[in-house]
Amino acid sequence: MSDTLTGTPAGMPTGLRRRTRAGTLAGTLVGTTRMIGLAGRRDRWLLSAWLIGLAAMAGVSAKATVDLYPDVASREEAARSINASAALVALYGRIYDPGSLGEVSMIKLTAFGSALVGVLMLFIVVRHTRAEEEEGRLELLSGGRLGHGAPLAAALVLADGASLLLGLLTAAALAGAGLPVAGSVAFGLGWTATGVAFASVGAVVAQVTTSARAARGLGLVVLSIAYALRAIGDLAEPGPSWLSWLSPIGWTQQVRAFAGDRWWVLLLPLALSALLVPAAFVLRVRRDLGAGLLADRPGPARGSIDGVRDLAVRLQGRILLGWAVGFAIGGVLLGSIASSITDFLASDSARQFFSKLGGSQSLIDSFIGAELGILGAIAAAYGISAAGRLRTEEVEGHVEPLLATTTTRLRWAASHVTVALLGVVILMVVAGVAMGTATALALHDGAQFGRVLAVALAQIPAAWVMTGLVVTLFGWAPRATPAAWGVFAVFLTLGEFGVLWNAPAWLMDLSPFQHTPRLPVTSGWALPLSALTLVAATLVAAGLAGWRERDVPA
Amino acid sequence: MIAGPSPLPVIDRRTYRQLMTDVVEVSGAVKRFGSVSALDGLDLSVRQGEVHGFLGPNGAGKTTTLRVLLGIVRADAGGIRVFGLDPWWDIPTLHARLAYVPGDVALWPNLTGGEVIDLIGHLEGGHDATRRDRLVEMFDLDPTKRARSYSKGNRQKVALIGALASRAELFLLDEPTSGLDPLMEDTFRRCVRELRDEGRTVLLSSHILSEAEALSDRISIIRGGTVVETGTLDQLRHLTRTAVTADVAAVPPGLDRLPGVHDVEVAGNRVSAQVEPSGLAPLLQSLAAAGLHTLTSHPPSLEELFLRHYGAVDDGVADAEGRERV
Repeated sequence: MSDTLTGTPAGMPTGLRRRTRAGTLAGTLVGTTRMIGLAGRRDRWLLSAWLIGLAAMAGVSAKATVDLYPDVASREEAARSINASAALVALYGRIYDPGSLGEVSMIKLTAFGSALVGVLMLFIVVRHTRAEEEEGRLELLSGGRLGHGAPLAAALVLADGASLLLGLLTAAALAGAGLPVAGSVAFGLGWTATGVAFASVGAVVAQVTTSARAARGLGLVVLSIAYALRAIGDLAEPGPSWLSWLSPIGWTQQVRAFAGDRWWVLLLPLALSALLVPAAFVLRVRRDLGAGLLADRPGPARGSIDGVRDLAVRLQGRILLGWAVGFAIGGVLLGSIASSITDFLASDSARQFFSKLGGSQSLIDSFIGAELGILGAIAAAYGISAAGRLRTEEVEGHVEPLLATTTTRLRWAASHVTVALLGVVILMVVAGVAMGTATALALHDGAQFGRVLAVALAQIPAAWVMTGLVVTLFGWAPRATPAAWGVFAVFLTLGEFGVLWNAPAWLMDLSPFQHTPRLPVTSGWALPLSALTLVAATLVAAGLAGWRERDVPA
Repeated sequence: MIAGPSPLPVIDRRTYRQLMTDVVEVSGAVKRFGSVSALDGLDLSVRQGEVHGFLGPNGAGKTTTLRVLLGIVRADAGGIRVFGLDPWWDIPTLHARLAYVPGDVALWPNLTGGEVIDLIGHLEGGHDATRRDRLVEMFDLDPTKRARSYSKGNRQKVALIGALASRAELFLLDEPTSGLDPLMEDTFRRCVRELRDEGRTVLLSSHILSEAEALSDRISIIRGGTVVETGTLDQLRHLTRTAVTADVAAVPPGLDRLPGVHDVEVAGNRVSAQVEPSGLAPLLQSLAAAGLHTLTSHPPSLEELFLRHYGAVDDGVADAEGRERV
């Protein structure tokens, strides 16, 4: 072995060395085109469905609103009632031009819709970078001409391209529904810009953690913070405060499509992306394939996992803890916003509006109901994900060795189902206690605690139904288990837009969330809550029965 | 080489370096993962056109070494050169000339085996199409099946075909036959011999000793992140003992006191012993003097070599003297 081999290529002429280094950027990206092809090939149906679905959702909502509010007076009335409700402002944002047809029809899709777009793009980037590394598939390709940054570049091209396509499709759908063209383009590009921003967030979080699950979780935390910042900022009178300007989702709102079309705001998310993307590439080029920023620490030499129930707790416990922390923070934030509800009542028109509806308590009730409804849906998402573990454990081959022991199928399945069902309860109790305490403190009214907690607990049975649906699918149509997410999305969309779209009542009644009772607490709560619980129990039992009968793995 | 009166090519310094150096040169490579040291001053050289067996037990650092050579893991210290280039920075140039089979093959469940093979081919700069089809046939793979339905052996075949069908000059193979049945193992051996006959270089990491023994021109044995032995099979054998068994008229006394003769066992008129190269002559002299009827000797198998390095709990090099049998 010669001495020239230590460290840098000392024996190499400096000119040659410089050429090698100068080729670094191109070298890092070599193979990107192929990786785009691979990603596109894998995602062609799923991604097309998402893009068309989102654009169609915008178009249908616009069309329905055009028919619903034919004249300026009716739109101003609607805009006033939205701006007067703290719950709606926190959830959706403000309407800045009450006469604008476009703003009134898109209010639900501005912040909320761009958050959805953000989640989609974040997940796409993680799916084609960290998830591929974690699964070991990138290693298979690494003998080819594949630069360190090529998968990341391909993921970003795919996500940014999809964002742009989505923006254009949405603009076309809105203009086609009869909204002004300039505003439609501004709105569509607003979604594009949010998509680009969260794709770059995805690029960075994918470098930090070693597991794709953790990367997605970290990305969702960033997105939730962005959403909360703009919620608080928008509530400030006359809104928005500087907090909204810290949030990429706030930026989408401040484009003010259909209410002035402030095109320059679109540059903010692009600038954020221009900062984050190079950072992600630097992190990637500096680390080994499969490594994160933190090295794994050694664990215990001897195991204390005692049976499958312990195993399920060990596998899912830390994740549940993370969710619970999120729910606690979310509950406190939402509860403390409640104090600004009373600020809303300062304006004459708002007081008139709400006295017609039953006074200030009704305003607070609608706020509690709306915010906890959201948390309840998120808890249902947790239940779906936790019960979905049944399927991922099976696909990854973890079940077979367990079933080869004295463990029965029922006992194994019950371990994960229990985590999912109890997890939902834990999350809603945490949310209820946190938000109840914060609300009571904010309004100086101890009685609010019980009301908030009651509403929080009332969300549980509907979430359980979604868990039960996962178990049923797992038992009878295992490969369709992920379809539970699709059903969940349909239920949420119907709850949000069903009335606007004139959806048939039977269809809307399919959604368990439709049957969760609202304040005030009455004896009428017992029937829907026990019915939902019964449905959930039936779905779980049916799923377990199917699981006992079917092949493993299927 | 092209015949005819062409002028001598002008060779720049870089090409000269590549001609003169080994395909793979590693000196003093160190890689730590947290507090664990995966490579601890590893030296390795693989020559142009050879099949180099890279042997070691689980966790010795074989896979880490291959990943460093591939440029997906970056060594903390040491000189690493593949074709005279830095594997971390020169991926486009380097990877046009090498192919890789990972130890754990993961595929995309909804792509077919054929799609994955061709994806690897495109990234490697184009497969030899006839070779690809012939390999699919030789390995008896159904390329139209979705990867999710493949067994471990079939996933392995996809990775093997993807690599072997390339026009690469260097093949980095990480336990390439794991999961293959004996028939397919044989096919794999034929492929590797073909590669060598075409003058290509193979670095074959394995813990299947018979495989390395059958295929390798040279062998490096790694332990605890360091290469403890390297050389041809014959050279490695010289370091070690020959098993000798003899039938004699009368067993001479004092055989176990001869220098370089170990583990002497006597059963009737039959003597067996383990002999270092230096001890062979004195032993044979005294056996011949004792009236030798039959004599068998065989060189140690790779397995015995291997056990000498790993069979003992303690330090590798010291074991060469105070060896312990399993």
